[in-house]
Amino acid sequence: MTDFAIRVEGLTKRFETVTALDGIDLEIPARTVFGLLGPNGAGKTTAIRILSTILKPDAGRADVLGRDVVRQAKEVRTRIGLAGQFATVDTNLTGRENLRLIGRLVHLPRQEATHRIDALLERFQLTTAADRPVRTYSGGMRRRIDLAAALVNRPPVLFLDEPTTGLDPFSRNEVWAMVGELVGDGTTVVLTTQYLEEADRLASRVAVIDEGRVIANDSPAQLKSRLGSTVIEIGLVNVATAKRAHDVLIATFAPELEDSTVRLTTHEGARMLVEALRTLDGEAIVPATLTVREPSLDDVFLALTGHHAEREAAA
Amino acid sequence: MTTGEIATTAPPGRARVVPTLVSDTLAIAWRGVLTYRRVPQLLVFSTIQPVVFVLLFTYVFGGAIHVPGVDYVDYLMPGIWVQTTVFGAIATAIGLATDVQSGLLERFRSLPMARSAVLTGRTIADLFRNVFVVILMAGVGFLVGFTVHTNAAKLVAALLLVLLFGYSMSWVFATVGLWLGNPETAQAAAFPVMAPLVFASSAFVPVATMPDWLQPFAEHQPVSVTASAARALTLGTPATSYILQSLAWVAGILLVFVPIAVRRYRRAV
Repeated sequence: MTDFAIRVEGLTKRFETVTALDGIDLEIPARTVFGLLGPNGAGKTTAIRILSTILKPDAGRADVLGRDVVRQAKEVRTRIGLAGQFATVDTNLTGRENLRLIGRLVHLPRQEATHRIDALLERFQLTTAADRPVRTYSGGMRRRIDLAAALVNRPPVLFLDEPTTGLDPFSRNEVWAMVGELVGDGTTVVLTTQYLEEADRLASRVAVIDEGRVIANDSPAQLKSRLGSTVIEIGLVNVATAKRAHDVLIATFAPELEDSTVRLTTHEGARMLVEALRTLDGEAIVPATLTVREPSLDDVFLALTGHHAEREAAA
Repeated sequence: MTTGEIATTAPPGRARVVPTLVSDTLAIAWRGVLTYRRVPQLLVFSTIQPVVFVLLFTYVFGGAIHVPGVDYVDYLMPGIWVQTTVFGAIATAIGLATDVQSGLLERFRSLPMARSAVLTGRTIADLFRNVFVVILMAGVGFLVGFTVHTNAAKLVAALLLVLLFGYSMSWVFATVGLWLGNPETAQAAAFPVMAPLVFASSAFVPVATMPDWLQPFAEHQPVSVTASAARALTLGTPATSYILQSLAWVAGILLVFVPIAVRRYRRAV
């Protein structure tokens, strides 16, 4: 029996002429990490804002731990934590003062708040920096104090809006470790990300969002199996050569042609690479560039929608 | 399948569910006052400017300004107090605009706190600052020869009226700050709103010296009546009418701008 921490039905939100969410349905199992994956402007942040009661939806409904985010907003607010893409703390105050402010605003008894704050500072390795103004913190430290602020009231549900965007790899790994720990403690974590790698690493289920709609809702492994685990991109000197390479490879592979690049997606990267190059060599086609990489969000989008992830953002 | 109680971590019931406006207001005000402690420059700059004004008007322009039957410094100081609180209200606009921009307001909106506490707390923090600045400016006045012709109680009444007026101005500029949502723009926008209020007023010069078309505005606008009330209280001239006009303005400004600012806050993200 699965219990759901969050249920969303037909959630819709428009901003003037832009439809940010176009009828989203989600069921998010309790005590798991759920990823909302999509490019900028897909509607991920809007979804988080509605679930965290900051915005009201135009249509549809959502509940968090059985409480409606509109009609029971106050009850929802006592049960959630929110950490944003940008560190939303008062940079003039010290780390400890920021946590005390949140502690007061969530009405924690003073003594309990003091203990909780000490524990959070310790856990996020901010004890020595606790009494310095946040404006003196590094980017990674700011993200940690922001995360700590979201956890002051021990929320059973935590929303993380692009928690690692702009972080260096070391800080990113720290955030990832923290998310793992929280879920281990029984927290339900909903995070948005633009990185397939991050969703893959953290989430047990991922909803891919495009233009305000859920276009896939699956485990990361299933998502990737639709694609293949390796992407090989062969760049040719010009479009005509690329067309020729594409026609040569089509007998054995399922290549995609884009401008002067031919793209192969496969589960057997190494073997495929050798075979593809051998085939091209046999036709005396010499690649100008060669890239072998893991599939990205963009590849997921190409596979699911036939268009690039950033199509709208570029417009 | 159930979405009922999932006690994944500490039960939320341990926190009080009912938001309390008073304690949330105090928390936000505490934050505001702390900001002045952590960034004393904010306080220093908001006090240097009025001190410069006092020196400028007393020693530079003062010689050219004649107010019949009154020492100019006695005329000037109550005007300076009012001007100080009006200029100080820009800090409310800038502070709230900064919070909009940084995303801090967004976090506040996700907390189980009273929504209007963000505004009541901020304006009360700025009131505390005004208490400090106005007392300081009274001290500066005494240093340059300002005399109270009545008594201490009336001086205190004058300062309280000025602070009350400053509090109402904080709500005007809170609205401006929320509306613009950008600290630089808020600062730039505040000046054209303030300049006519502060300068086309009786704060620095008697209204009678102004052109006829300007006098009706300059006579009755809120900065003028508040400055005149504070002045009458320290000079010992009839004050009641000015006090009532000033209180009417304060009530009117609060009645209009508190609801606008609160509505604006509910929508601002």
